Amino acid sequence: MTASAILIQFLNGLASASSLFFVAAGLSLIFGVTRIVNFAHGSLYMLGTYMGCSLVEYFGRTPLGFWGGVLIAGLAAALIGAMIEATLLRRLYQAPELLQLLATFALVLVIKDFALWAWGPEDVLGPRAPGLDGAVTIAGRAFPEYDLLLIALGPVVLGLLWLLLTRTRWGSLVRAATEDREMAGALGVNQGWLFTGVFALGSLLAGFGGAVNIPREPATLMMDLSIISDVFVVVVVGGMGSIPGAFLAALLISEIKAFCIGIGEVHAYGIDISFSKLTLVVEFIVMAIVLVIRPWGLLGRAASVARGPGTLEDPLRSPSRHLLALGVAVLGVLVLMPVLGDAYTLVLLGDILVFALFSVSLHFIIGPAGMHSFGHAAYFGLGAYGAALALKHLVPMEAALFAGPFVAALGAVVFGWFCVRLSGVYLAMLTLAFAQITWSVVFQWDSFTGGSNGVVDVWPAAWLGSKTAYYYLTLVLATAGILLLWRMLYAPFGYALRAVRDSPLRADAIGIDARRFQWAGFSLAGLFAGLAGALYAFSKGSISPEVVAIPRSVDGLVMVLLGGIQTLTGPVAGAAVFTWLQDTIARNTDFWRATLGVIILILVLAFPQGATGMLRRRFAREQS
Amino acid sequence: MNLRHLLSFGVAAIVSFGAHAQVKVGELNSYKAFPAFLDPYKKGWQLALDEINAAGGVLGQKVEVISREDGGTPGDAVRTAEELIAREKVQVLMGTFASHVGLAVSNLANQRKVLFIAAEPLTDKIVWDNGNRYTFRLRPSTYMQTAMLIPDAAKLKKQRWAIVYPNYEYGQSATRWFKELMAKAQPGVQFVGEQAPALGKIDAGAVAQALADSKPDAIFSSLFGPDLQKFVREGNLRGLFKTTVVFNLLAGEPEYLDPLKDETPDGWYVTGYPWNAINTAAHKKFRDAYEKKWKDYPRLGSIVGYSTMQTVANALRKAKSADTEKLIEALRGMEMETPIGPIVWRALDHQSTMGAYVGRLARKDGKGVMVDWKFAPGDQYLPPFEQIKAWRKD
Repeated sequence: MTASAILIQFLNGLASASSLFFVAAGLSLIFGVTRIVNFAHGSLYMLGTYMGCSLVEYFGRTPLGFWGGVLIAGLAAALIGAMIEATLLRRLYQAPELLQLLATFALVLVIKDFALWAWGPEDVLGPRAPGLDGAVTIAGRAFPEYDLLLIALGPVVLGLLWLLLTRTRWGSLVRAATEDREMAGALGVNQGWLFTGVFALGSLLAGFGGAVNIPREPATLMMDLSIISDVFVVVVVGGMGSIPGAFLAALLISEIKAFCIGIGEVHAYGIDISFSKLTLVVEFIVMAIVLVIRPWGLLGRAASVARGPGTLEDPLRSPSRHLLALGVAVLGVLVLMPVLGDAYTLVLLGDILVFALFSVSLHFIIGPAGMHSFGHAAYFGLGAYGAALALKHLVPMEAALFAGPFVAALGAVVFGWFCVRLSGVYLAMLTLAFAQITWSVVFQWDSFTGGSNGVVDVWPAAWLGSKTAYYYLTLVLATAGILLLWRMLYAPFGYALRAVRDSPLRADAIGIDARRFQWAGFSLAGLFAGLAGALYAFSKGSISPEVVAIPRSVDGLVMVLLGGIQTLTGPVAGAAVFTWLQDTIARNTDFWRATLGVIILILVLAFPQGATGMLRRRFAREQS
Repeated sequence: MNLRHLLSFGVAAIVSFGAHAQVKVGELNSYKAFPAFLDPYKKGWQLALDEINAAGGVLGQKVEVISREDGGTPGDAVRTAEELIAREKVQVLMGTFASHVGLAVSNLANQRKVLFIAAEPLTDKIVWDNGNRYTFRLRPSTYMQTAMLIPDAAKLKKQRWAIVYPNYEYGQSATRWFKELMAKAQPGVQFVGEQAPALGKIDAGAVAQALADSKPDAIFSSLFGPDLQKFVREGNLRGLFKTTVVFNLLAGEPEYLDPLKDETPDGWYVTGYPWNAINTAAHKKFRDAYEKKWKDYPRLGSIVGYSTMQTVANALRKAKSADTEKLIEALRGMEMETPIGPIVWRALDHQSTMGAYVGRLARKDGKGVMVDWKFAPGDQYLPPFEQIKAWRKD
């Protein structure tokens, strides 16, 4: 690269960093104060872009119309954010941790369909900014004027936020709540208003970040999920809750991306490396490295110990006789299903069983072991690919079925070693980073994994080929896996895991090696997720990188949370309800995403403990 | 009435019920993931279905289409297809958009021995490397559309080419074919830079700059959708297209061209569908009927949806049966009309010879249009028979 090329790519990175920073700062603020992992933040960004486009067209393409439109779009997003907090999330602060995540996930679905309904399916390419629609010559190259403005706007917004947080009373309260929410509440800070205010400010930044990007980014229905993973990375790399950290991280990641593109292809020592292709995953590599070296991000601080109702859980009790009877009855019905149901029922039940095993293995680490994994799809996917590729390389299907879980466990052993050294949301994000890195390898390694098309033609052996035979295989293996995982939780191993979760210090004092137990738990969960993945691969006959992608991890979380994280049976119920709902709603309604979202919202509001948690409480009350 | 009477009555009832049952076609597609393309597609096949049933249906029966959202992933799509096969008992499957989903459903069709007409997927593999007896594909593939641009590209005698493509199978194979075919058509051609942004995540300013830095005479792009829009805007702003001529697959399709509006770059060579300028009788009839029914103009997706539905009807008519094996025999070598000209379903690889329009982009009243276009018949842009036989394993 020539000097002028380096300069221009540096400026490109700066311009991209600004809008990324706005959105990330909003998410960081919201997380810092409310501890909500807000999936819907990307949706507010998307709404900002759509509303901005419409408003600018409405006001006319003049400087005043443009900037007026951008600001109003930001304010509208703020209003929507405040409404979400006041009407929905406020009801959930007493619920178990992560349940708010489920609610915001439901919002993503609803908002996406709303945007489709309101703006239609066609992408909207907004106008150039009036008055800034040309380019200036820098180092002999044309550089867009608007990008220069963005470069300036980033530090300005950073400065304004800094003033707001350090020089105003409201800012002090926000910082106090970020530091210690309960203490701030005890000292008389009106948490309700503070939370609503923070949510509005965060949403304002998301909406503004979306609207200010109009000249650079068309409004599409995919942009919500596309930005949210970028923004999570920025926030975590910078340190959750740290605004300067978010700025630094946005800068770092945008610059690295710009230079990956600028360098392009490199031929060295007979190897061709395409840095341009690396943009697929580079941010997650950065995040993994940062988290391994600095577990709380670049400018973050160790999180204060969370207190409150969400963190205390009842000890595990042995299942009641009623529950056991119910379990046996369900199993009996499942065994009879090939006689009772039609061929498709078996297909759907097979999927449900696979996902039940997947979500039980996820619950194993996020529930009793207290490690929130956002990247559990990595092990599902490794299991699926391990099995499919083993079959392709001439291992019989029966052996390939067990090669899958083995590969997944191997992955979990390696990734887990790093992950158990972190905790809380940083651990969650490191699992996500590893999942994304796995995904990109699978996606990119064309000659081995089949690239984006995946592996085609992986069917079970002839004797397992019929739907009934494969259903029974799935039933036996999934049930055995689930029962084994449950059994382990009642073994000393499970007690040790829960002891580590509830009180790491005391567990340490009685001689439990916390990390070793967590590592073992993580690896076991990976093993069984891998079994689910292998079963999945042979039931579909082909797999593609989607089995490792973020939506698969999110689906797993949704299943666990929907069923109820505090009971063992919850994840099974969640998997059944979610898979069945998806299947049924997608068939019967056009706006099935929004319908699914609304149903999840209703369930969340009605049963904040999850469906099975509610049942258990009612049952306990009747007994007492 | 004794038991035997009752039984024979029952059998007769079942047989007669069977005879009057409708012809059932299962349709599945990723409507939620790609609404911009698939909404017009759905309107296309619905129009064809109306016409088919208004003319009395086929085999003396009305055709019924059971349409499903396929969830946009291979796993969900396979489950959806299983439901259509096992529960709805459809005789034919049609649809799908993305390549990996198309391949997964195609493989399932082979496993379950059900006929599958792949409508949209562009991947070459669905009829070649992974081709199977039960799968037919309508649209001109990545290879064909790339090949359609080669004559113009070679004619320009540009020496240094830079390439930009979305980093997944479609972009990768477009790039691969372009390099291979160009090297043959214009020996000594150089490829000086390659950018492979992730689908939907192009960092357009940096990419435009990096391409300019490789000092190309021309650019071959297979970008589409939001990536294309961002690339066009940044390239326009940064003057990238002033000195380089650009060839862009698919960019002339209304789905991707219309959002560009006043950013539409002048003079790009593209494949696409100039819907308002094609005035053959067949196309006029189609366009009028479409606009009458939907109060909207047709996109390329509408042509695809319409022709896929007509293919199913024609195959049923020709086979005089809804039996899968008979349908396959009927489809192999079947000739039929589409709004953009006659096509043949090749027996060799189950690829239709549907063509595409090749032309150049221009701005007219603040909108993008295709000018100087000509129709490129699909059968002239396919590799030799021997080559395909080597690829296909059956």
